[in-house]
Amino acid sequence: MLRLTINDQLVEILKGYTLLQAAREHGIAIPTLCYLESLAPYAACRLCLVELVSARGSKLVASCAYPCEEGLIVRTNSPMVLDARRTVVELLMTTAGHLPAVQVLAREYGVPAPYVTLESNDCILCGLCVRACKEIVGVGAISLTQRGMAREVSVPFHISSADCIECATCALVCPTGAIRIEQFTRPARTMHTWTSAYARRACRLCEYEPPGEPFPTNYRELLGIQSA
Amino acid sequence: MAISITELYDLINREAQDDASLIAVLEGIQAQYRYLPFEALALASERLGVPLSQAFSVATFYHAFSLRPKGKHCLHVCMGTACHVRGSPQVLDRLLTKLGVRPGGTTRDRQFTLETVNCLGACALGPIVVTDGEYSGQMTPQKVDALLRRVAKVEGVASTSISPSTERADTCSAGESP
Repeated sequence: MLRLTINDQLVEILKGYTLLQAAREHGIAIPTLCYLESLAPYAACRLCLVELVSARGSKLVASCAYPCEEGLIVRTNSPMVLDARRTVVELLMTTAGHLPAVQVLAREYGVPAPYVTLESNDCILCGLCVRACKEIVGVGAISLTQRGMAREVSVPFHISSADCIECATCALVCPTGAIRIEQFTRPARTMHTWTSAYARRACRLCEYEPPGEPFPTNYRELLGIQSA
Repeated sequence: MAISITELYDLINREAQDDASLIAVLEGIQAQYRYLPFEALALASERLGVPLSQAFSVATFYHAFSLRPKGKHCLHVCMGTACHVRGSPQVLDRLLTKLGVRPGGTTRDRQFTLETVNCLGACALGPIVVTDGEYSGQMTPQKVDALLRRVAKVEGVASTSISPSTERADTCSAGESP
């Protein structure tokens, strides 16, 4: 067991856990958008930044990816952390201010409307869909393409992905509802730039063919997920 | 452009060791064909055991890779601050007019690719145009004509054949949609 201090509270945690996991284990709230327990940390959204205090000074680290060490001094709500968090939310609001997930954060941290707004986009580039498709499903049908302002989740050659098994995992993990399931002649995944409508196939975790019922289009409602 | 599958296989196998060789393999393909053909990406991803989406992701992320054929001659115009104030926009304009492409584009006959770069670090020589790795300093719109004539001479074609393409030229930046 390792011992570290989070918000002046002594915390004991097993080796191998991250700061985020340690904090959440002890009831300390840290916001995230790109974190999912069943996926490797990606540290893309930067909402989980916490302050590491040391003799040489403080620094911000992504708690979802930083492993716990003996004797660390962590602050999750210091002025440094809150300032960083507000900046992240403000940047998110430039393209995603219309999303409930972002509005909740803006309210909680008192972030006003940003000075600049860009083209509205449901996708916040958290990478959850890409990572889930690769790590959980094992297929890797979609990926993050391009760079800078043009960065987007897409299918190979922006045409289609023959590797897609229509499992809907990407739609399930999407925190904003940018990937939707729509009913065409068969259920299909759509995002503002691509559509995937192939016959459903079993993934490597399925031992048998998936059941005949198509995935319902109102799955978000059924699961109680706030829709975009 | 016909791509020989066996040639591709040889090229890929030369560089391939494991899935971390993806970039090395793509570099080899780009050097050989001046772009990444779809068949090459598909074969490379299959051979290296990576999903096609990952190969596509890498191909679109790095500017060194192109999904559309690059021209035989690559012209880079420096648009850095020093070159800019010394008149590189006018040099660029002249090249755009003469070649009939957009920045980043390739002429229809696949002879020339024109790109802008942010700074070549040779500001005292500005404005600079790099032609196939050869630096031409203190460029002016007039010197552009001379430069293009020199390239035409090397090619053995009449300089009048370098003229704006009548149809819309491709862009050669990876992943850019037409």
